[in-house]
Parts: sequence; structure tokens; C-alpha cells
Amino acid sequence: MALNTSDIAGRGALSLSPRFLRAVIRTAITVAVTFVGLLFVTFIIGRVMPIDPVLAVVGDKASEEIYQAARKAMGLDQPLYVQFLYYLRDVFQGDLGMSLLTSRPVSEDIARVFPATLELATIATLFGVVFGIPMGVVAAVNQGRWPDQLVRVLGLFGYSMPVFWLGLIGLLVFYGVLGWVGGPGRLDIFYEDMIPSVTGVILIDSLIAGDFEIFSNALSHIILPASVLGYYSIAYISRMTRSFMLEQLSQEYITTARVKGISETQVIWRHALGNVMVPLITVIALSYAQLLEGSVLTETVFAWPGLGFYITTALLSADMNAVLGGTIVVGAVFVGLNLLSDLLYRLVDPRAR
Amino acid sequence: MNALAKSFAVAALAASVALPLSGGQTHAATPADTLVIANRIDDIVSLDPAEIFEFAGGDLANNVYDTLVTFEPSNLSGGYIPGLAESWTVSADGKTFTFKMRPGVTFHSGNPVTANDAAFSLQRAVLLNKTPSFILTQFGFTADNVKEKIKATDDMTLVIETDKKYAESFVLNCLSATIGSIVDMKLAMEHEAGGDMGYEWLKTHSAGSGAYSLRGWKPNENYVLQVNENYWRGTPAMKRVFMRHIPESATQRLLLEKGDVDVARNLSPDDIAGISGNGEVKVEEDLRGRIMYFSLNQEIPTLAKPKVQEAFKYLVDYEGMANSFLRGQYTVHQAFLPLTYLGELKDKPYKLDVAKAKALLAEAGEADGFEVKIFVRNAQERLEIAQSLQNIWAQAGIKATLEVATGKQTLGVYRARKHEIYLGAWGPDYPDPHTNADTFAHNPDNAFEAKNTGKLAWRNAWDIPAMTKETEAAVQESDRDTRAEMYRKIQKDHQMTSPFVVMLQKIEQTGLRKNISGFYTGSAVSSVYYWTVKK
Repeated sequence: MALNTSDIAGRGALSLSPRFLRAVIRTAITVAVTFVGLLFVTFIIGRVMPIDPVLAVVGDKASEEIYQAARKAMGLDQPLYVQFLYYLRDVFQGDLGMSLLTSRPVSEDIARVFPATLELATIATLFGVVFGIPMGVVAAVNQGRWPDQLVRVLGLFGYSMPVFWLGLIGLLVFYGVLGWVGGPGRLDIFYEDMIPSVTGVILIDSLIAGDFEIFSNALSHIILPASVLGYYSIAYISRMTRSFMLEQLSQEYITTARVKGISETQVIWRHALGNVMVPLITVIALSYAQLLEGSVLTETVFAWPGLGFYITTALLSADMNAVLGGTIVVGAVFVGLNLLSDLLYRLVDPRAR
Repeated sequence: MNALAKSFAVAALAASVALPLSGGQTHAATPADTLVIANRIDDIVSLDPAEIFEFAGGDLANNVYDTLVTFEPSNLSGGYIPGLAESWTVSADGKTFTFKMRPGVTFHSGNPVTANDAAFSLQRAVLLNKTPSFILTQFGFTADNVKEKIKATDDMTLVIETDKKYAESFVLNCLSATIGSIVDMKLAMEHEAGGDMGYEWLKTHSAGSGAYSLRGWKPNENYVLQVNENYWRGTPAMKRVFMRHIPESATQRLLLEKGDVDVARNLSPDDIAGISGNGEVKVEEDLRGRIMYFSLNQEIPTLAKPKVQEAFKYLVDYEGMANSFLRGQYTVHQAFLPLTYLGELKDKPYKLDVAKAKALLAEAGEADGFEVKIFVRNAQERLEIAQSLQNIWAQAGIKATLEVATGKQTLGVYRARKHEIYLGAWGPDYPDPHTNADTFAHNPDNAFEAKNTGKLAWRNAWDIPAMTKETEAAVQESDRDTRAEMYRKIQKDHQMTSPFVVMLQKIEQTGLRKNISGFYTGSAVSSVYYWTVKK
């Protein structure tokens, strides 16, 4: 049978339409430009900061001769643009340079610390979604009444309470006094290095290894920091849910639905919340991205060896390769999550398809 | 903390812990043959003893490597004793040291420790030329001559020839520093890459003969040491040592009180006070080598006036600081050598006296006061000290502003001689008085171009030909008592005439579980010892 061209065109949804291609190319260019821009800005900030990375290597007491030798070895005697070009070349080859502090490749360091943060932020975001969304809905439905007030007060606390303080109190009560949870760190130290690191996420690695003792130990360690972080996520997500819901509940279609005699539960949880999910995806993605890069204080209190802690330590020690490498990863996370939420947005919202 | 906030925190977290946690509970106590320590170890840049120059790295090296000359941990003030070298002799002209190696000692690899390893290790430290290499190169070793000057004449004999005569104690003290660690030559050379004598490999591995071998190191997280059953000073009681990087004092305290760590090394005064009521833990105090001082840049005309310098020495609330916010973590000390060093000076001629300082300022023609900047690192105790100084100076009409920055920033300014007043701390580099004399009282060329950035006298543009000569003489004096007396005299002059105001010496307070004994922090002269620990 002769091939019918119009037949192929008829399956247009699956073919690469010029419009879709353009969108892909545009996205790719945006991502690339964002990245080079990010690299450029962080590189420049790193170089103009009144911090001396050479001192980080040789220490305060080095002689001038040793100082100059180290400076040369680090390529800092080259003009700035040459340094940047070398840096670009290396980064695009996947080489983020050596960390001055750990004497290891930055990419290796990040591969080690990022799973710790990922694990923590994911569970914290789960808390945010599981508790935050229902709280926001309940608050919106009861606008002005006590459940609303309660949620708003809880949210306010979430924003205003120093994470440092909350973390320490949590440790004191649940680890120190009650002994319900594990202490600082990802594991009791005796369990360190007892299972092979496959994903770097201990909760997953321990399951792969079939070691439930380590799994439950890891769980007992993560539950508290994830709760503390998750509390902030709950505060943010519940507040946003509340305001999105209020907006929906005043729409005509809700009134119509009620007039039609659809149950209140259906109206709220299916119709209204269904429409709210679209903007909420972006909120959740943003909250997740923030937890991935911004959990520095939590990581410090809980001695959690993650990305935020790594970047801060590096910054204070003028370990610029590590700072730049960490920043790239954070940038990638932001760009990636934004793309992802964009995609989900299109999937969930028929108008955006 | 208010009651509402407290109950709220409890409520907020209750949800999370209400989830059932099967097993997974923390150990009630650490195992009897295991030592677990909480410490800040983020200053470890390298594990190669030729490069290690910070506290946490020194602690590790002291337990993984041996040196030719060492100390008895329980009697550190007794001075050096034989280590991997069983004995030594010094030639009549004082320039040639001949060491006999201790027989029967092996590295962790099983390789025997020989004079060849010792020669290799010291040559290597000179050739690699990392920051602490000056501790050896100050004896005249260079990349060109070191293989001639340091050599093994047979498997058990090591000969070291210095460029001129130095005090025997000076040479031996320097060999006891981390840079004098003896490395397993065979193992290091098996991992050589591009002529680096195993440097890249040793940055993250160990090749020693010490009480412990390195089993694992995760930068900024932890390290694990495994006992050396064949350690030549006897098998240590602790089979494993777990070091955890815990940056927060409050977190360290919690771990200690809970029994999850045996030792907590960075407890703040608040936390030290907090654990005093706990019968299961104890606090031990030890003098450390770090001294806290401020210095006046002599390129600033006002600060170069002797009367102004003297006035500053009366404008410090020494006792007040030690007794208030520093609470037991520093003791008043006013000389550049730390207490317990050979030649220590206990005189404390200065105390807070604003009236006297004002009179001195008037004599200097600065009765109306002046403005000045204090460069200070953004570390809690230093900021508090700087604020105390600022308040008191204001009473004498000196208006000080604080230039606060990170450690690396302030150091950059300091090394470039661009500060006005620098508030800093200085720790000795090796257990010999020359270490601090060399930096505080020795400045052979004050020209900016000389770039003697390692010397504090140069950094403050303090030109001292006479004192420089005295310092050079003291390091060559072979009689121990005479030598000590020479340092006391230099320090007295320094106290009176220098632009340095030495204020305090560090006391380290260590929190330990009650059952821990034999934990020596190394005092002012050495690093920590794990092999002496018992439970």
C-alpha cells in the first residue's frame, strides 16, 4: 500500500512540529546562556573577592617563594580572561578542578556530599507536601476562623524561628532527653562505610545491601533534621496553598458546582484543589530547590555533610574551585527543577499543552 | 527562651518522631576498645607529613607517624627523648649529627624502618618545599645539597650535617615536629607519579610506623584510625579511633553528655559551664602554645612613637577579659614565648591603667587622641577582644574602628603590611623557643621588597638590627641554661620596646567521659596522643 503522507501528518501530536522544535532550541539556548552567565558571574565574583586562595593552600606562615610557587601552580599568575577560558574548557569537559581543602577533585567531592543533601531535602519536601497542602486547604476553607488562624500562626513561626535554635532544641529534646532519634551525622559512626555506596543516598543504599539495621539507623538520624527543614517547607507550601485556594473558591465555577449539588468535599478537594495544583507545582519545585542549596544552618547543627555545608566551608576557606563547582550544581538544580516544573505544568494544565 | 516557643518546638517535632523507629537506636556507650572524638577537623588540607601544618592534621600525623626524636606524653616538659632514633652523637664542631636507628621497628606495611627511610623522608620534605619545609631548611639544606647533607651511611645510621653550629636542642626539637615524620620509602615510591615522591598519594593515604594506621578519611566528615598491633612503644589499648567533624560546640556537648563520643575538643565556655553538673563527664585543662596579641604597623608614624606603643600596653583589660567572656579559655600572658617553652618569661609588667596611658599619649604629643583601624577576623572570641580594646581605647581618646573580615582576607592585608593595628593569634611551629623568637624578634631585612612575610616583625615593619643579632646568637648557644636566659632577656626587651602587645595564652579545655584516662592534648609543645588513652 502506498504511503499516505497526510496520514503521517495526521499523527501530528507525536511528530516534531516546527513549533515544538523551536521551543526545544529556545530552551536549550536559554539553558546554555544561563549556564555560561552563571559561570562567568561566579568566576568574576570569586576572583575579585578580597580573599586570597593561595593562602588557603600554603597557610599563613609560608615564605614568599613558596607562596609564589603555589600561585603559579594554581594558574593565578595568568590574565583573568585566560583563567576564565581555561575554566570554561575544563568545566565543559566535566572537570571542576581540585578542591584545595580536600585535595580531591571537586566533582568527586560533590558526588559525595550532594546525595546527603538530596536525601535530606527530599524527605523535608515530602513533609511540606503531605502536611502543607492539607493545612493550606483547611485554612482557606475556614478563612478567618480558628483553623485558619492556627495555620497562619504555625506558618509565621515557621518563617521567624531561627533554624539553628529549632535544630538544637529538637536535638536536645528528642535525641538528648528522650533518645527517640539518632544524633548528629547521617549514621552512628560505627556504621560508617559498612555498606557499599551505590547511589550515595544511605536510605537507598542500605536497602540495596539488604541491611535493615543500617537503614533504620539512617532513618533515625534523618528524621529530625528533615522535620526541622520540612517545617519551613510546610510553612511556605501551606501559605501558598491557602492563597491559591482562596482565589479559586471565589471563582464562578465553584458556585456553579455547588448549585449543581456536588458535595462540598468534592468541590474543595477535587475541583478547587485540582486547579490549584498547577501553580503549586512551581511552588513545590522552588521550595525543593531552596532546600537543596540553602540548608546550610541545618547541616551545620546536625553535622550533616551536605552541599550547603560544603560550599560554606569552601567559601570561608577561599577554596574557589569548590565554591564554583558547588554553585554550578546549585545552578543546575534550579534550572533543572524549573524545566521540570514547566513540563509538569504543561501536563497538568490543558491550556498550556 | 519563652515557654510558648519551647512548647511549640516540641509540638512541631512531635509529629516527626511519632513515626515508629524500629531498632536504629544510638549505642548506649562507645565500645570499650574504641575512642570516639568530636573535633573541628576542617583545617586538614593534606595528610602528607611534609605538608601538614595545621592543628587537626598535626594531631593525625602524631599518631600515624613516628619521628627520630619524640616526647614522653605524660612528661612533655621533660623535653625530647629518643624515638625512631635510639641514640645520637654530635661532632665536636656541633655541625654533624649521627643517629643510630632503633632496631626491629616496622612500618604498617611490614617494611622495616631503616636509616634510608629516615634520609628519604627528610630529603623529601626539603625537596617538596611545602610550607613547613623551613623548619628543616633553616639548617642550610637546599634542593641541591640535601642529598649530601642528609644521608644514610648504612641501614641503621643516619648522618645530618648542618651549615653552621646550632644549639643541639634546637636541631633535635625541630626534628620532633610533624615535618620530621619518617615515611615508608618503599610504599611511597610505589605510588610515585611524575617524580612527586608519592606526594599526591600521601595527601590522602598514610605510610607510617606510628601507633595507628589510617583506615579512612572523608574530608570535613571523619577519619578512622586502626591500631598498629606491633607498635614499638607497646600495643595501644584503643583498637580504633573514630574522629568526627562536629563544628558546633552545642552539638559536641550533646554527643558527649549522651555518651556517643568520648572526647569533645571544642566546647565553648558556656558549654563547659553547662556540663559541670554532669557526673559522667569531666573537663581537663591544658596550656596550649597559641598566644593572642595585637601589633602596630610601624609604617604609620603615630603608631611608631615609643610612648604611643607603651600607652597601648596599658590600654588592655588583661584580667577583665580573661575573667569575663574568655572564661577559662585563656590566661594572661605578656611575652612572646608560650609558657612551658624553654626560656619562658612569667613577668606581667602591664595592667589596665587608663590615666597612665593618657599621660604617655600626652608625652607623645597625642593628647587629643587619634583614629585607628583594628583588623580582626570574624571569629567570636577575637571580636569580643577587639570590642573590649575599642571600648578602653575610647577612654583614652583613641577612636578605633573594627575592620572585620574572614581569616584569609585579614591575613592578606597583614602580609602586605597594609594594616594599621592587627589583632591576631600566633601558634609556635615546632617545640623550640626559636620558633617564636624568629618571628617576633628577628628581622634581618626590613625592606618591603625583602617580603619576609613569614616574620611578624617584618609584617609590622619593625626594624631591629640589635635584637636580630641577639636572636641569632641564642639559637646557637649550646648551654641549655644560658640559652634559656638569653631568651628571657630578649623577651624582656621585647616587652618594653616592641610594637607587639601580647595579651593572652590559650588554655584548652577538653570535655571527656569520666572513664577516659591518658588523653594528652600535647600541651604547648606537641600534638594529641591517642595511644596513651585507656578506658
